[in-house]
Amino acid sequence: MYKILRAEELTTNIYLFEVEAKRVAKACLPGQFVIVRVSDDDERIPLTISDYDREKGTITLVVQTIGAGTWKMRDLKAGDSFRDFVGPLGQPSEFVHEDLEELKKKKIIFVAGGLGTAPVYPQVKWLHENGIDADVIIGAKTKDLLIYEKDMEAVAGNLYVTTDDGSYGRSGMVTVTLKDLVEKEGKTYDRCVAIGPMIMMKFVCLTTKELGIPTIVSMNPIMVDGTGMCGACRLTVGGEVKFACVDGPEFDGHLVDFDQAMRRQTMYKTKEGRDMLKVQEGDTHHGGCGNC
Amino acid sequence: MDVLKRVPVREQDAKERATNFDEVCLGYNKEEAMCEAERCINCKNARCITGCPVSIDIPRFIEQVKLGNIEEAYQIISESSALPAVCGRVCPQETQCEGKCIRGFKGDPISIGKLERFVADWARENGIKPTGAKEKLNKKVAVIGSGPAGLTCAGDLAKLGYDVTIFEALHETGGVLVYGIPEFRLPKEKVVKAEIENVKSLGVKIETNVVIGKSTTIDELMDEEGFDAVFIGSGAGLPKFMGIPGEQSNGVFSANEYLTRSNLMKAFDDDSTTPIMRGKKVAVVGGGNVAMDAARTALRLGSEVHIVYRRSEEELPARVEEVHHAKEEGIIFDLLTNPVEILADENGWVNGIKCVKMELGEPDESGRRRPVVVEGSDFVIDVDTVIMSLGTSPNPLISSTTKGLEVNKWKCIVADEEHGKTTKEGVYAGGDAVTGAATVILAMGAGKAAAKGIHEYLSQK
Repeated sequence: MYKILRAEELTTNIYLFEVEAKRVAKACLPGQFVIVRVSDDDERIPLTISDYDREKGTITLVVQTIGAGTWKMRDLKAGDSFRDFVGPLGQPSEFVHEDLEELKKKKIIFVAGGLGTAPVYPQVKWLHENGIDADVIIGAKTKDLLIYEKDMEAVAGNLYVTTDDGSYGRSGMVTVTLKDLVEKEGKTYDRCVAIGPMIMMKFVCLTTKELGIPTIVSMNPIMVDGTGMCGACRLTVGGEVKFACVDGPEFDGHLVDFDQAMRRQTMYKTKEGRDMLKVQEGDTHHGGCGNC
Repeated sequence: MDVLKRVPVREQDAKERATNFDEVCLGYNKEEAMCEAERCINCKNARCITGCPVSIDIPRFIEQVKLGNIEEAYQIISESSALPAVCGRVCPQETQCEGKCIRGFKGDPISIGKLERFVADWARENGIKPTGAKEKLNKKVAVIGSGPAGLTCAGDLAKLGYDVTIFEALHETGGVLVYGIPEFRLPKEKVVKAEIENVKSLGVKIETNVVIGKSTTIDELMDEEGFDAVFIGSGAGLPKFMGIPGEQSNGVFSANEYLTRSNLMKAFDDDSTTPIMRGKKVAVVGGGNVAMDAARTALRLGSEVHIVYRRSEEELPARVEEVHHAKEEGIIFDLLTNPVEILADENGWVNGIKCVKMELGEPDESGRRRPVVVEGSDFVIDVDTVIMSLGTSPNPLISSTTKGLEVNKWKCIVADEEHGKTTKEGVYAGGDAVTGAATVILAMGAGKAAAKGIHEYLSQK
């Protein structure tokens, strides 16, 4: 059992859990994920790590509790436990293996969409701790759904917040801010890292291709075991079949076949399931369902 | 009674079982087992033992069955095997012990597998446990993977008094016994769990949710956690696909995914939260035991199922009994047929599989006749689900994170057959991680050999 030390509802349908998982906390690096099960007979749910504390031996996860599998997590409180918690899985972000001096010369921009803001955080934090301040764009549908703004502010170089409806910060999609920064505000970037719903990552990649910025994305396809055994998470990247769980989850966004990935993500979504998702997600309904 | 004929084993009726996940074979009762045991002529130079990868003293345990001393028979089997109820069900006895049986020259060989199964089931039902070590040695061994190789190695070492911990990547113990082999061939609660409990009763500790190569490494286990030796029984690995067009369509699965959903995640049960595709018509590509398992699972989930295999029936790598059961249940065999493309509708969902007819040419390097395409023979089988059962390639998680551990050109871990010794001191390996996908019993044989190797190594240290 893996004990929950902190449970918080960050905003509607988005919950944060800090969980005791000593082995994972000792070994993990930014970009990796874990698989959890709430209790016996539950699904295995892959979640990207949002923070880690090696001394306390804890991992922080941020979860959107909208699916059949995650719905149950709304009831979890500090003191409760996850039945299973395995990781760290997947490859760490590329930059953790790069030469720090070389890396310091690079201008990096992170583009975080919705829930994707949480897994961007440990990457920006890692860079900050190593003396590199990266710029960050956070996008949310509306002001109330914004997460991690304060935490991000503390570790980012420049932080740009945008909301689709203009209720806070800049107005419009993340791609608008990204374009404005480069084309109107004189920023140059050597690298972009985009994490969010697949549809957002697809459009960020289309934009950065235009702007000539190499882009890394973090893919979140359907998974079962997460160790390379089942092949459910396979993607086409640059014409080759890759397993997100062992080869990824991060890939060169300009090579990912997003349309195929989004289609495969809908594999188990029935008509009824999609309708339920829309009801449950309400205003946060944001791709994923395969209908929009 | 005709001594040339074996006592028939009771099975669930084919029509009935095609709609449920209950066990197909019902096994012998004591009377039937004693009757079958009578046929054994107790050869002095028993060939059956040489056919068994874990060298069970077969004539000696059958002798006890003959006398009705089932507990005694169980202890004899336990000297050599940690998983007799499993082996009695899934071993390919026809090519191993039973294939060597003298009785088989003129008539049916002794039903050794069914007798082993009876003895193990009887022991479980009567609460008989294997005997543990008399004294503990103060030496720690880590076993990676709780499948057949790992459980056997751990069991043998614990019996010798070692302090053994198994590390399992999944949330459940048993490896292929829980994620791969279906309930109707190998009941999970009744058989697999019980045999794992027996291994635990020998003092073996099991830590689940630990992926070696990720959560920690072999070097850390040895340098920081004080393990004196390590056995790698991490299993087969990444599923293979054909590389034909349309393979990423919705509705194409690896057999590993399909079976893991059904077996490990219990998706066959309507109450399970893990979904599984219940296609109307399913093509399973491949002819091995895993293909038969996937096909018979799909059938039970209500699908019409085709096995698509490029060679002829004679070359099917699956056990004869599995093919026979599959046919009885109504699986359609499209033999000498090879897929060339998976067809999909405008939304990317599978709606057919385009195949070509094959004919057999000259024998290839495997000794089997090479299938050759019949030109212009392509045709479409109308299906909405395709399950690829083409074998696996090794998982690099461990080999890529362990210093000094060599792999061969197929990326399998290099280990000697006699002791499972790898190129790294104190590290042993066996099972599919070494040989590529093979059988439960061969993995157990390798686990056993490695336990012996580790014991010799640690006795000298």
